[in-house]
Amino acid sequence: MSTNTQKQLVLILARAFASNLSTPTLLADERGYLVYYNEAAELAVGNRFAEVGEVPLDEWLDAFAPRTSTGEPLPREDRPTWTALHDRRPAHLRYTVTSADGVEREIEVSAFPIFAHADEFVGAIVLFWRRLPWLSA
Amino acid sequence: MALSLKIWGCRGSIRETMKYGGNTSCVEVVLEGETALVLDAGTGIRPLGLELARRGTRHIHVFLTHLHLDHLEGLRFFAPLWDPGVTVEIWGPRSPVLSLRDRILRSFSPPLFPLDFRDIPARVRFHDLPAEPCEIDGLTVTSDRVLHPGATLGFRLERGGSTAAYLPDHEPALAGIDGVPLDWLSAGALARGADVLLHDAQYGDDEYSARIGWGHSSVADAVSYSDAVGADRLVLFHHDPQHSDGALEELEERARALTSANRTPPLLAREGTTLDV
Repeated sequence: MSTNTQKQLVLILARAFASNLSTPTLLADERGYLVYYNEAAELAVGNRFAEVGEVPLDEWLDAFAPRTSTGEPLPREDRPTWTALHDRRPAHLRYTVTSADGVEREIEVSAFPIFAHADEFVGAIVLFWRRLPWLSA
Repeated sequence: MALSLKIWGCRGSIRETMKYGGNTSCVEVVLEGETALVLDAGTGIRPLGLELARRGTRHIHVFLTHLHLDHLEGLRFFAPLWDPGVTVEIWGPRSPVLSLRDRILRSFSPPLFPLDFRDIPARVRFHDLPAEPCEIDGLTVTSDRVLHPGATLGFRLERGGSTAAYLPDHEPALAGIDGVPLDWLSAGALARGADVLLHDAQYGDDEYSARIGWGHSSVADAVSYSDAVGADRLVLFHHDPQHSDGALEELEERARALTSANRTPPLLAREGTTLDV
């Protein structure tokens, strides 16, 4: 789903970059909306981006029930995506989710804020690090 | 007349004098008042500067897409800069770390130039872009970043219901054209529905395949882009310095063959041409 507003060039470049990666990659814009994820991420989450459309990233992630290694719910503000989007700092964390196929999986996530200029926050790039077995299925 | 653009230079990089002109990028947006508006400062701005001096123009806006030499090399020889009675406002891209002013000052200092910028007698003001659209003599100028190496802008010009888009150095194919939503298309909002689109069309298809990532477009991609944004007329711009008149005309034929019969045929930019929109 398109918002019909021109995307910032850095996001366009990031989308082109991500679309050529085998690493699952998500993009969020400066509002904190999920605006793109690549084919590798589509395999990971079980949905095509075209089916999901642009939605608030935090809400979208809630659907995967993120939790700590001990099974405690992972608050939004403890997630790398929150740190990148709200604190505008990079962050990395390993945590557990339940993906669209209902299987519990441990994932490792890095999120980076992106700035076109030092005072121009554009959004965040989120990568699922490690090649996990379920990605090659 | 709502909008009129005169081409003073349409060649990329170094120049050769040919039928379509050897001067590098420079387009005058013709205004009726005492203000002049110029797009890019390639070598075409040198003869334009002489013309503006002849007209007695005292207030000039120069909009720079970027600072690659073929878009800036004429500025040092722009006669109005050397007239203390003239005000020149220079609009262009800051880099991620430097202001436009700091970037331009580099080209006005040794060893690239014998004089320092402070030696210029004209009153010069700098404006970092992109910013909010600005209005000059009833003309609205909108800028945005576009796909080309380094900080590069495109411009959308609107007046009296007419629209022109100026994207002289642009390689949108790097991020995709066909099937890409308009909001994800580089400069899509600038070029959308333009009556005239001046667009990079430097290469033939075979040339482009060996130059992907250099920041310029093939004629085929220029036509695809023009279709994607719904531009009415495509003007093929930024001619390769190696292309003879015959080679350019072959590219124009190729562009016309790729263009639907119900659309206005593409046109080669040519020095001295005035485009009335």
